[in-house]
Amino acid sequence: MELANIEKLLEKYLNAETSLQEEATLKSYFTEGPVAPHLQEYQSLFSYFTISKAESFSKPMRFTTQKPKGKRLRWFSIAASLALLVSVYASSEIYKQRKLEQQYAQISNALTLLSINLKKGENAIAKVQTYETTINKILK
Amino acid sequence: MKQSDFLNIVLPFKDKVFRLAKRLLVSTEEAEDATQELLFKLWTRKEKIGEYKNIEAFAMTMTKNYCYDRLKSKQASNLTLVHSNYKEKETSLENKIEYRDSVNQVHQLIQNLPEQQRTIIQLRDVEEYDFDEIAKIVDMQPTAIRVALSRARKTVREQLTKKHNYGVS
Repeated sequence: MELANIEKLLEKYLNAETSLQEEATLKSYFTEGPVAPHLQEYQSLFSYFTISKAESFSKPMRFTTQKPKGKRLRWFSIAASLALLVSVYASSEIYKQRKLEQQYAQISNALTLLSINLKKGENAIAKVQTYETTINKILK
Repeated sequence: MKQSDFLNIVLPFKDKVFRLAKRLLVSTEEAEDATQELLFKLWTRKEKIGEYKNIEAFAMTMTKNYCYDRLKSKQASNLTLVHSNYKEKETSLENKIEYRDSVNQVHQLIQNLPEQQRTIIQLRDVEEYDFDEIAKIVDMQPTAIRVALSRARKTVREQLTKKHNYGVS
């Protein structure tokens, strides 16, 4: 391709008036053949376009109907709060039972103390009663 | 629709989707995520896919919108990427052009363009769409596209000549 022609095409190219075909001509001129020295800066531009086009997406595609992370996190939080509720409820139940046991032990302690003391009183009363009966016997 | 049918529809343009996403989002990982997201969205709508006349243009539009949204939310959360300084390691493209500094320069210059011009230059100069198709994808008048494209090309050329003349590598 003649140099004058290329220069004309470049002018059109900068004004965005070139067709795709003309742009292909420019691309092949700047990437294949020797380039005129005063047009050297265009060479890197057009080879950049060609190199960029070679890049491809290589990761595997995923098609599973995987739930988005947000949704899964929500389920996790619901499960966690449920577990928390259950454990709090269970521990409060255990705490209540322990308290009851403690109270029961205290009460039974107090009652045994009372019964011991009552027995002492009973013994004393029994003694008094034997006094009384002997006195009554003597007095009669 | 079976997976194989879907693949036959999607395969011709999945790389185009990926390249557009990469042009807009810059990082390869984000572009891969975006591509996967988009393919998955298409898959979930697979029953309706037959109704669209031009699935490729539709997919490209979705990609463009998705990337614009991502960029917007990035700006909103103050996580702006400084595109001019952003250099990525170990990408296939970079490996290929490592030894060609001037081509790398073009990459930087194009990344510095505004989003819209970047999208258009990608669609026209890399993917070689015609103006009617680009109009569908970016939802603009063909004349407006020509203006934006011309501006983008002139900006890149101007800066390339500047660097070329001053011998700055």
